[in-house]
Amino acid sequence: MKKQKLVMVGNGMAGCRTLEELLKLAPDMYDVTVFGAEPHPNYNRILLSPVLAGEMTLQDIVLNDLDWYKHNDITLHVGKKVTNIDRIKRRVIAEDGTVADYDRLLLATGSMPFILPVQGKDLPGVIAYRDIADTEAMIEATRHLRHAVVIGAGLLGLEAANGLKLRGMDVTVVHVADWIMERQLDKPAADLLMKSLEAKGLKFALGKQTSELIKGESGRVAAVRFKDGDAIPAELVVMAVGIRPNFELAEKSGIYSNRGIVVNDTMQTYDPRIYAVGECAAHRGVAYGLVAPLFEQAKVCANHLSQFGIGRYQGSVTSTKLKVTGIDVFSAGNFMGGEDCDEIVLNDPAGGVYKKLVLKGNQLVGAVLYGDTADGAWYFQLLRDKQSVREIRDHLMFGQNHVGDVGHAGQSKAASMPDEAEVCGCNGVCKGSIVKAIKEHGLFTVDDVRKHTKASSSCGSCTGLVEQILASTVGGAYQPAESKDKPVCGCTERSHGEARKAIREHKLLTIPAVMHFLEWKTPNGCASCRPALNYYLISTWPHEALDDPQSRFINERAHANIQKDGTFSVVPRMWGGLTTPTELRTIADVAEKYQVPTVKMTGGARIDLLGIKKEDLPFVWADLGSAGMVSGHAYGKSIRTVKTCVGAEHCRFGTQRSMAMGVKLERMLFGMWSPHKVKLAVSGCPRNCAEAGIKDIGVIGIDSGYEIYVAGNGGIKTEVAQFLCKVKDDDEVQEYAGAFLQIYREEGFYLERTCHYVARVGLDHVKKHVVEDTENRKRLHERLLFALQGYEDPWRAAVEKAAVRREYQILEVA
Amino acid sequence: MVTWKQICQLDDIPRLGTRVVRSVAGNVAVFRNGEDQVFALHDKCPHRGGPLSQGIVAGSVVTCPLHSWKIGLENGEAMAPDKGCAHRFSVKIEGSSVWLQID
Repeated sequence: MKKQKLVMVGNGMAGCRTLEELLKLAPDMYDVTVFGAEPHPNYNRILLSPVLAGEMTLQDIVLNDLDWYKHNDITLHVGKKVTNIDRIKRRVIAEDGTVADYDRLLLATGSMPFILPVQGKDLPGVIAYRDIADTEAMIEATRHLRHAVVIGAGLLGLEAANGLKLRGMDVTVVHVADWIMERQLDKPAADLLMKSLEAKGLKFALGKQTSELIKGESGRVAAVRFKDGDAIPAELVVMAVGIRPNFELAEKSGIYSNRGIVVNDTMQTYDPRIYAVGECAAHRGVAYGLVAPLFEQAKVCANHLSQFGIGRYQGSVTSTKLKVTGIDVFSAGNFMGGEDCDEIVLNDPAGGVYKKLVLKGNQLVGAVLYGDTADGAWYFQLLRDKQSVREIRDHLMFGQNHVGDVGHAGQSKAASMPDEAEVCGCNGVCKGSIVKAIKEHGLFTVDDVRKHTKASSSCGSCTGLVEQILASTVGGAYQPAESKDKPVCGCTERSHGEARKAIREHKLLTIPAVMHFLEWKTPNGCASCRPALNYYLISTWPHEALDDPQSRFINERAHANIQKDGTFSVVPRMWGGLTTPTELRTIADVAEKYQVPTVKMTGGARIDLLGIKKEDLPFVWADLGSAGMVSGHAYGKSIRTVKTCVGAEHCRFGTQRSMAMGVKLERMLFGMWSPHKVKLAVSGCPRNCAEAGIKDIGVIGIDSGYEIYVAGNGGIKTEVAQFLCKVKDDDEVQEYAGAFLQIYREEGFYLERTCHYVARVGLDHVKKHVVEDTENRKRLHERLLFALQGYEDPWRAAVEKAAVRREYQILEVA
Repeated sequence: MVTWKQICQLDDIPRLGTRVVRSVAGNVAVFRNGEDQVFALHDKCPHRGGPLSQGIVAGSVVTCPLHSWKIGLENGEAMAPDKGCAHRFSVKIEGSSVWLQID
C-alpha cells in the first residue's frame, strides 16, 4: 500500500511529541513532512529560562536534533512559515512557495506572545519572551545595557527577570495586579515569593499600568511611563503579559476557531483530515499553555492518526512550578477557594513556609505551597483523582510522609537541596546527577529518571523527592503519573484493576489467555507483568489456574532468597517463633555439613542460613525436613511470619496466650500467596512486646479478648496499623484475620502492601465487608481456607519430585 | 579449539526458562524463548555479576534477578540506558538435542 502523507505545521514540543508517539505506534504508516517557522529543530521551550539564567546552553535544550528527523525519514523545512492551507487540493503552501500535499494535516502552531497595545511597542529594545531569538536578544542586551523592565509578573515574567538579574542587569518587574503571579498564587504566598525575589535583587512596581514606552536619543526604548505619570528608565523592555493561541493560519483557511482551533476529544478539527494539538488548540473551550496537557493531547492524537482509535483527551487539571533556582513554589487547582470551600492554612512567614489547602466537601480542590513543596505531587494526585480525603483530613496538611519516611534524612525541600545532597539512599544518587540527567536527556517522567539514574528504582521511598526535583527542573512540563488506572507495565495499556476484572469475569486461567484477551503488546510480557498476572490467576482461581514457575521471580521459583553473589539463603519456618532442641540441632548440623558461612537471627524470629549454593538447596531441605521443618517463605510475596511475645503462657502481665494464638494463625495461613509480603504479630497484652502496631495484621490481647489492627508497616515508610475491631476469642481472631487477608488477596494490586491497599480503598470499605457484614466475612474466610487447602510444602516437593528438582541441577559438559 | 558439545534435550529447558551449564569457560546460561529458540550467555550480568540464568525470560530479553538490568539474549547487550555486554556463546538445536559451542 502506498504510504499516506502527513504534514505537520509547527515544529514545537506538542507537535514533535505527537510524531514521537506516532512513530512508536505506526512507524511506517506515513511519509512525514514538517514545517517550522523558527530556524531550529525542536527544542525544549520550557528550558529557555535556565538558558537565560546562564545555567544551560542552547545546545542543552534541543530535544530532537537534525539526525532524529533524518533517521525517521522526516522531511524537515526549518525557517519556513506556512501561509496557506488549500483544503480542497489538500496541500499547504509556505511563504517561500514550498508546497506539500497531505492526506492528514497536523496543526501545532503554538501561541503568540501578547503585546500591550501601547505607544512605543515597536521600538527597538522592546521584545516578547517566547523563543530562542528572544532569548538571544535578551542575552545580547545584558552585555551592554543596564536597565531592564519586565512587564508582567507571571511565571514567564519572573523567570525572565531572574535571568536578566543573574546576568547583571538592574531589573524592575512591573505588574498591573496587586500581587505577583495572581493567576497561580494567593496574596500571602505571593508576598513571600516577592520578598525572596527582592532579596535576590529584583525590584517590583505593583498595581502599575503601562501607558507608554518612551523613545530615547538612540532611537531605542529608554523608559516606561505609567498611567499615574511615573516613569522608570528601561533600555530593555520584556513583555510577558501572556500568550494567546496562534490560530491565524487555521482561521484564514476556514477551519472553525474560537479562541484557538476547536478540536474534539480526539484532537480532530472541524475538517476531519486536520488535527490540532498544543497551545493553538481549543479543547472544550480551553487552550492550554503548559506542556503537561500538551503531551496528553499528543498521545491521544497519535493514537488516532495511527488508526488505533481508542484514546480520548478529556481535559487536564494543571499545576504550576516556578523555575527560579532555590525557590520552591507550587500551586494547583482552585487555590483561591470561595463559597462552599474550606481552607486549611499553615503560615510561618519567618520560616519562609506557607501552605494553603482548599477543600470542597471531602475533596481537595486546590493547593498553594511556598517554601516546602515536597508534597505538591501528592496533593496534585489527590486533586486529580478526586479522591475523598475525609479519613486523612486531620493530617492532610502535614503531607504524605509525616510519619517516618526513612533513608534520606528527612530532606523535603527539593529546590533548595544542594547538588551533592543524596536523594536516593539505596543507589547513592545525589541531586546533581538527577538534574544533570534530566537536562542532558530531556527527561519528563519519573520513570525516565529512574531508568537513567536508578534514583527511586529500588525501595521507592524517595519517589516524592525525585518528582519534586523533576518538577523544579522542568517546571510545568512535569505531569505526575496517573495513579488510579496506571498501566501494569509497558506491555499493555491495561491497569491492574482491569486485568483482575477480566480474569475474574471471563474466567481466564492462563497467562497467554489473559494476554490474548487483553491484547498485550508483547508476545510473553516482561518481568513486571508476568509475576502480577500469575498471582492474579492463582488467587482468583485456586486449584484451577496453574502456577507458572517461569513467571515467578527467582526467589519464589527456587523457594530461597538470592543474594548478591548468586548464592541463596534458607529460612526454615518456626511456627510463632517457637523452636525445639531437635530443630536447633538439625539446623546446626546442616550449617556444618554445607559449610554455611553465615547463620543469623531474622527480624521475624527465626534462623537464616546464608550462602548456600543453589544446587545444594534440595539436599539442605531434605535434612531440615527430616526434623519436620518446612519452608519459611522468607522469600515470597506471601505469608512470612507471625511474631509473638511470650504471653499468658509465661508472662506475669499476659492476658492472652499469644504464642498459641500466633501458631494457630501461622498454621492457618501456611502457603498463602498475596499481592506482597504479609507479616503478623500477636501480643499477649497492650504492652505489645511483639510490636503488633507495625504489622499487616497486629493482634493485641486484652482481658476481654483481642484487638485487631490492620495495614501497619515497619519498612520503607513507617505506617502505624489502624484499629479494625475487637473480638472475643481465638476463633474470631482467625476468622477476622483470614477475611481481611482474603479481601486483600482478591482486591489488592500486585506489589501493593496492605497499607497501600487500605489507603487506596479506604478503611471504611474494609470494615464494611469484613466487620459489619457477618455473612460476607464468613465467605471470605472460607474462600481463603479453600485456596490454602492441600498446600504442599514446596521444599518437600523439590526433595521428592524429580521434575521439580531439575530447577536446581547444573548441566555438566565434559 | 572450537568444539560443539551436546548439553541436553530441548525439553530439559523449560519454555521461557533457563538451564546452567558448567564448562571450562565458566557457567553458561542457556535460555529458551517462547518460540523454542535457544540462546547462550556467560552467566554473569555486566552490571554486578548477577546470575542471568536466574532471571525471568520474556521476548528475547532476560531480566537480571539482582538489579533488573535487561539483557538481550541474542547479543548479550544491556538495554538502554544501561551499558554493558555479557559474552555470547553459540548454541544450536539439532533434532531434539541442544548443542553448545565452547571456545
